[in-house]
Amino acid sequence: MNISNVATAPAREVDFPERVFDLAKRSLRELNQALHQLTPGSNETAWEVLNPKGSHSVAVGVDQPVAVDVRGSVGYYCGGMNAGGAITVHGSAGPGVGENMMSGSIVVKGDASQYAGATGRGGLLVIEGNASSRCGISMKGIDIVVHGNVGHMSAFMAQSGNLVVLGDAGDALGDSIYEARLFVRGKVGSLGADCIAKEMRPEHLELLQGLLDRAGVTGVKAAEFKRYGSARTLYNFNIDNADAY
Amino acid sequence: MTYHNPPTTPRKSATFDDYTLSEIRRAAATGIYDIRGAGAKRKLPHFDDLLFLGASISRYPLEGYRERCDTSVVLGTRHARKPIELKIPITIAGMSFGSLSGPAKEALGRGATLSGTSTTTGDGGMTEEERGHSKQLVYQYLPSRYGMNPRDLRRADAIEVVVGQGAKPGGGGMLLGQKISDRVAEMRTLPKGIDQRSACRHPDWTGPDDLEIKILELREITDWEKPIYVKVGGARPYYDTALAVKAGADVVVVDGMQGGTAATQEVFIENVGQPTLACIRPAVQALQDLGMHRKVQLIVSGGIRNGADVAKALALGVDAVSIGTAALVALGDNDPRWEADYNALGSTAGAYDDWHEGRDPAGITTQDPELMKRVDPIAAGRRLANYLKVMTLEAQTIARACGKNSLHNLEPEDLVALSIEAAAMAGVPLAGTSWIPGKGGL
Repeated sequence: MNISNVATAPAREVDFPERVFDLAKRSLRELNQALHQLTPGSNETAWEVLNPKGSHSVAVGVDQPVAVDVRGSVGYYCGGMNAGGAITVHGSAGPGVGENMMSGSIVVKGDASQYAGATGRGGLLVIEGNASSRCGISMKGIDIVVHGNVGHMSAFMAQSGNLVVLGDAGDALGDSIYEARLFVRGKVGSLGADCIAKEMRPEHLELLQGLLDRAGVTGVKAAEFKRYGSARTLYNFNIDNADAY
Repeated sequence: MTYHNPPTTPRKSATFDDYTLSEIRRAAATGIYDIRGAGAKRKLPHFDDLLFLGASISRYPLEGYRERCDTSVVLGTRHARKPIELKIPITIAGMSFGSLSGPAKEALGRGATLSGTSTTTGDGGMTEEERGHSKQLVYQYLPSRYGMNPRDLRRADAIEVVVGQGAKPGGGGMLLGQKISDRVAEMRTLPKGIDQRSACRHPDWTGPDDLEIKILELREITDWEKPIYVKVGGARPYYDTALAVKAGADVVVVDGMQGGTAATQEVFIENVGQPTLACIRPAVQALQDLGMHRKVQLIVSGGIRNGADVAKALALGVDAVSIGTAALVALGDNDPRWEADYNALGSTAGAYDDWHEGRDPAGITTQDPELMKRVDPIAAGRRLANYLKVMTLEAQTIARACGKNSLHNLEPEDLVALSIEAAAMAGVPLAGTSWIPGKGGL
């Protein structure tokens, strides 16, 4: 793939060059190919994506510790399977932002649609607005911090990791949850099967405070949250629990 | 004179047969439906209901063992920069580590590689045994996403987006807690000892339009190198094939209801989906209607046992077949040498299907370290390779008799059906007639 004519902004610093990629002029394929071609130790550590205009699969499969600033809103799966990148969406994100993220971070300055952070295995996903339904569905180790509210069926079948909601959560929160931890500051519409409120012990307060700090949340105390997790009654099938399924 | 009523012969109900009665008693005693592995065991219309028409005058045969009959196939020619080239049109279907032991996965890789074909991962993610011994490995992208990571996506030779499975279209799986070793638990990011439920649907898309975008994402992550397969259970093969093509699949995999599974409800295995034979023509028709036949390759699986099955599937328009259960048998599953052990488990060689319990005497569907030692991956791999070679030779023999210098030149015209049901399902004439049910004729 020829990427020699990728638009490049004047470098502000010699050792911290900035790559500017205008999706109105260049294709998504070229953007992702250029990101994938980065090698360990590359000095092309800061990227800027212009005119995403709801494009799907922006900056997916990043596997180097680069910063990618996306100026505008994106479609599906932005930052999908991110491994080490620091991706910031200066707009809103469509479904599946940060799906199966491995490490690194994704910050959405606006709102996020369904399945934010789905199956994510690591890293930090911050949504500064609201998230829609199924936020953190099947999460497997990712940390998700939502400044606003999350929709129904969030953390459905969540296996591990932490979901922090500063606002309210919708119905069926944590349905069929495994070992993930859920922290909600506002109201919960309803809890899903096998999800219960749990005691907030000192180690949880410490964990949560760390997450809030990492997510840049200020003026909010960990003690304002309630913790939810698995009652573990559905971990092994029992016919007497059939009504819960 | 005294008349005695003669005793009547005890008569058991055809509806409430012995098996049904035992199932009712078992359900009443345990309070849970039967969960088992393998595929549908009921008799279904199958490839046995079709026959080939060898050549005489109207067709000219090729010389067996002398004239070449090509068996190779290329999968992923639609979009992938690196299509998969197989020497034989028989691939190894997805079977998970966790369900299968590490040595069994290694043996599958060894056997497939010796035969020039591919293996496929399963619900448990990619293992080093499998990647290391499989020259060509298809990485399944499953609803559960156990072990899913971009590194393995890039190490794969193709990606199979699993939407459904023949034994359980619309259903998820269940790996019981007793089978969860430390390694399996770690790969699946779940606590040891709990029942692991595999989701029935992908968590981050909800329909064909979403699937199209999901495939785009997978292509972007892997730089458009890998063929993208979409696997569906054989329930609505025409529409599911059409929608998979619309979503951008390079290869469509249709798994009929004889396809195996690791652990699912018996009632599901036996009562949901369509026979493999019934799935082929609608899937081929969908590709033909879209002008995509041979451009998007079709793989069919579910109960493929021998070279005749392979040849019949290809004649009906598929590009390759997959085998799962048959491959396990080739490795040594349900082998009579372990009969005493099967008896101890209340079963018999040939019928053992409680793979989820982790006590497989053959050491194949288990995580028990002692039982796993019964599988020699080198010898078992060799057995699989032998079996694949035999199937290929069988298919070639039939194809040559039909005058074909490639297995892919077999066509529906080479077939007739032994029953009206099979004729209708396969879209070939009833033997001795030119009648295809639903298409007029004699």
